[in-house]
Amino acid sequence: MYGTKRYTSWGRYPKAQPDQIVRLQWLDQLPRLDEHHGSMLPFGLGRSYGDSCLNDGGTLLDTTALNRFIAFDRASGILRCEAGVSLAQILELVVPHGWFLPVSPGTKFVTLGGAIANDVHGKNHHKDGTFGRHVTCFELLRSDGERLVCSPTQNSDYYRATIGGLGLTGLILWAEFQLKRVPSYLIDSEDLQFNGIDDFFELSRLSTHYTYSVSWLDCTAGGDNFGRGVFNRGEFFDPPLGVDAPHRFPPILPVPFDFPNFTVNNVTTTIFNQLFYHKQIFPVRRSVKPYHSFFYPLDVAADWYYLYGKNGFVQYQLVVPYQDGYDHVKEIFRLIVRSGQASPLIVFKTFGTLQSPGILSFPREGVTLAIDFAFKGETTLQLLNQLDEIVFAVNGALYPAKDARMSGEAFRKSFPNWETFVPFIDPKFSSSFWRRINAK
Amino acid sequence: MIEESQMLKILVLGATSAIAHETMRHFAKDGARFYLVGRSVPKLSSVAHDLQTHGAKQTETYLADLNDLSQHEALLQRAITALEGVDAVFIAHGTLSDQTRAQTDVDYLASELMTNFTSTASLLTHTANYMEAQKRGVIAVISSVAGDRGRASNYVYGSAMAAKTAFVSGLRNRLAKAGVQVITIKPGLIDTPMTAHLKRGRLMAHPSLVGEHIYRAMKRGEGVVYTPSFWRYIMLIIRALPEAIFKRMSLSA
Repeated sequence: MYGTKRYTSWGRYPKAQPDQIVRLQWLDQLPRLDEHHGSMLPFGLGRSYGDSCLNDGGTLLDTTALNRFIAFDRASGILRCEAGVSLAQILELVVPHGWFLPVSPGTKFVTLGGAIANDVHGKNHHKDGTFGRHVTCFELLRSDGERLVCSPTQNSDYYRATIGGLGLTGLILWAEFQLKRVPSYLIDSEDLQFNGIDDFFELSRLSTHYTYSVSWLDCTAGGDNFGRGVFNRGEFFDPPLGVDAPHRFPPILPVPFDFPNFTVNNVTTTIFNQLFYHKQIFPVRRSVKPYHSFFYPLDVAADWYYLYGKNGFVQYQLVVPYQDGYDHVKEIFRLIVRSGQASPLIVFKTFGTLQSPGILSFPREGVTLAIDFAFKGETTLQLLNQLDEIVFAVNGALYPAKDARMSGEAFRKSFPNWETFVPFIDPKFSSSFWRRINAK
Repeated sequence: MIEESQMLKILVLGATSAIAHETMRHFAKDGARFYLVGRSVPKLSSVAHDLQTHGAKQTETYLADLNDLSQHEALLQRAITALEGVDAVFIAHGTLSDQTRAQTDVDYLASELMTNFTSTASLLTHTANYMEAQKRGVIAVISSVAGDRGRASNYVYGSAMAAKTAFVSGLRNRLAKAGVQVITIKPGLIDTPMTAHLKRGRLMAHPSLVGEHIYRAMKRGEGVVYTPSFWRYIMLIIRALPEAIFKRMSLSA
């Protein structure tokens, strides 16, 4: 963890230059936000992919030194901490006591504030909904100095606006949320091979009782192999092997330099996917593994975004409602396969019906797909525009936390109730994303 | 090797410093009890809450200006009373002196030397006598790589650190006979509020990394700890450079 802190987004596209970085150190010693010139935006660990965490020409309020825990009730699993605490820090603290995050994204290197501002989801969306559903309260600092404690019953309008609010409603100072009881730090995990989109939906239907599920699809395979993939599902392992047993985190393997731009190309992608697919010797492979290798397989390679070279990459995450025959999903998938631009990482998952309190929350009932594309300028953008057409034809939505290019129209279609959000935006807060989608 | 049970009652001077806090988080996980001394009530309280959350059995906070040497003996007594004894003393308070100002303002110079050296020497004197009498204990002092060689850009701070390093080294030899461990910690560039105004280059380390390193070094009972450890080799080279060459290098600026 040496080196200058990065103030770029995870995809490193688009590039933006903040005018100023303000590093927040103590909750009792925050700078006065009303005396500040220009716009500001909270910035944590920069795991948003596009420009929703950037503020070109404005100020970033770096929250990562606000990383202190305030209270942990080991009996009830209520945890309160400052907004810059990372999920990794939380796991390190709570897992030995038999608690786990209620919802976890695919990396533990995000801050609590970021998890709320993006209302993150995980492999258990169909069971537990988004992270925001488990947030009991938080304190919001507005640029005029007002401090609002927000909960489902207190300042509930700001509570709903701030969950999924992309950091635009003010600065979250601390937050409290409900952890989840787990019997051990191990996951009983199953990988199942499938061939074709229909099989995926069949497996999803048969796996709804599993708490965690996610799939990986090989988007380089055409012909007979079209839609082949691996369906992964799991539960915390019970009976426990002793929750208090010392649990260790894997060493971080840094990738400290820029790989050439050709590192991730068709050939490497195909090889990667072949390897991944054929590691499945049997249709079902069961294993019991520590939670980090189940939830955070990519965290062991710190800064893996460097593999995409310095042009960066874009991620595209969409959700579309269920439809008979799943023709829309097949069409999206066909378009990606045909383009030959796909990356090794394509994630497939069904979202459940649980509603988030957040006004701008992305997850909703249906199927979600997340695909990485090494950024190749116009070619990439054109493909994504084509995908947009299919998504919005069936009233789907795109995820701002992953986005670097959606249009204002696409945003408004994704969040039809966006107008109820606007009054809660802090007048001094803004982001590159927000200005982009509001540009005329 | 130091037994874990021997470091469960810890007096921390400058407890709100990022390095002290990160180090104490590890002792908190062992269930340690803390007497935390600092200059700000809300900051002390947020550090105390964090340590409790991590497993500290007891946290007492105390507001003090450590430049008032006359208070030191009473301060140590308070900690001993509150924790029912003290196993370890961790001295982390200090300021990064404004070199330019200290070159013209001798009152400021004197007060910086007071904060960064004299106050530590006084605290160590009382602590050493107490630990020598009880014939066990650990004393850890944060010095700095800046004390290894005077540089044009920070020799006021550096000279206080050099004095601290020499004082602690002597104390280590004196107390070895009594079975008391004395540890000099020399951090390199650490990303903390103290260095927030400095350019953050590739050598800048995160305080959590340093805290874990110091914790492990204290458990092992090392004498001199460079942290991150590569600074030992950087400073070995810097100390070895002949003055005639060093003078002309940008390193000395």
